[in-house]
Amino acid sequence: MITQTLLAAVGTAAFALLFGVPRRYFPFCAVIGGAGWLLYAALVQYAGATPTEATFFATVLVILLSRACAVLERCPVTVFLICGIFPLVPGAGIYWTSYYLVTAQMRLAMSSGFAAMKAAIAIVLGIVFVFEIPNGFFRVLAGKRP
Amino acid sequence: MEQRMTQDAPTMPDDREVLETAMEAGHILLENGAEIFRVEETMERIAAHFGVERREFFVLSNGIFTTGDCLPGQKGGQYARVLHIPVRGAQLDRVVAVNQLSREIEAGRYTLAQVRERLEAIRQMPGEPPLMQVLASGVGSACFCGLFGGSAMDCAAAFVAGLLLYIFVLGVSAKHMTKIVGNILGGALVTLVCIICYSLGFGEDINHMIIGSIIPLVPGVPFTNGIRDIADGDYISGAVRLLDAMLVFLCVAIGVGVMFTVYRRLMGGVLL
Repeated sequence: MITQTLLAAVGTAAFALLFGVPRRYFPFCAVIGGAGWLLYAALVQYAGATPTEATFFATVLVILLSRACAVLERCPVTVFLICGIFPLVPGAGIYWTSYYLVTAQMRLAMSSGFAAMKAAIAIVLGIVFVFEIPNGFFRVLAGKRP
Repeated sequence: MEQRMTQDAPTMPDDREVLETAMEAGHILLENGAEIFRVEETMERIAAHFGVERREFFVLSNGIFTTGDCLPGQKGGQYARVLHIPVRGAQLDRVVAVNQLSREIEAGRYTLAQVRERLEAIRQMPGEPPLMQVLASGVGSACFCGLFGGSAMDCAAAFVAGLLLYIFVLGVSAKHMTKIVGNILGGALVTLVCIICYSLGFGEDINHMIIGSIIPLVPGVPFTNGIRDIADGDYISGAVRLLDAMLVFLCVAIGVGVMFTVYRRLMGGVLL
């Protein structure tokens, strides 16, 4: 799991570069991406959470961290959020769906398609809820005057 | 919104030029993957700071509409402009730079001419060199391959596929192809490279290899921004961005599927 977390962190930083994030923010992106994946993996492995539930809580963590970094560094939250969320986006689910479709295993295609959809909805809910928290909360966290 | 007049500028700049500058800033932000509310807010800030009193901005995912009543006594009168901005790839360092600039404008550090200069400089920002992008794509593919359970060999193959994919993206599809064709061919290319690697005994699990190497095609920016725009109540823009993301997802899946089918037809289902 530690190897995986490191992979997630390095992978996130690589995508930060692809999206043109300024280089000084790479470490933040890497930590956020790694933390999101670590929570996801831990929840699935130790807490018996379904992938959808784990995706939701990991998304919440990623966004909390992204918003804290955004306030701390006074820069748009998008920079951290887009990269940090990457390990949680159901890329594998999309692959399996098309694989099963092509090999005519419709039942499996349906179930992996729905799983990917559920993960996407978990991400949506995570983003929507955490962005309701007012910005002042993060300023206090970051030790700045609201 | 509260109106602010500049104390440090004795001659107020022409409203028309201020609005032009605000649109320029909005253009850079929107083009490079900023959220709709950030675009509107930045344009508001610039216009308010330089004392344009009556202005309206309407921002969609691919266009900016601005109207303004210029102050009496100034040349110009009515101002109205529509700017069409095609959906493009994101370059987040430009968003960061414009955001920083807008803070500095509010602090009163710039005249309008200086702001225009800075915006032009931001527009010219080079971004990461293509070689770095190709490498990052390879590294990202390898990491995500490992993340989804691939072995070290799988990761090495995904690295190669990720490199080739981004050479294709930067060299061919971004320049000469529509999004749909580019992503279908991108997905197909990755699958082809992985099938070749796998057939040569390079890599152990073809599924993990392909999953890792299609990740650079995943539309993270429109997906995340689309959700946030909808959450902010910018339904049209959010829907367009989510549609964009869904389309790309679908095209990549089609590319992978088509290449699998072709391979199966040719090789008689050895692989699948």
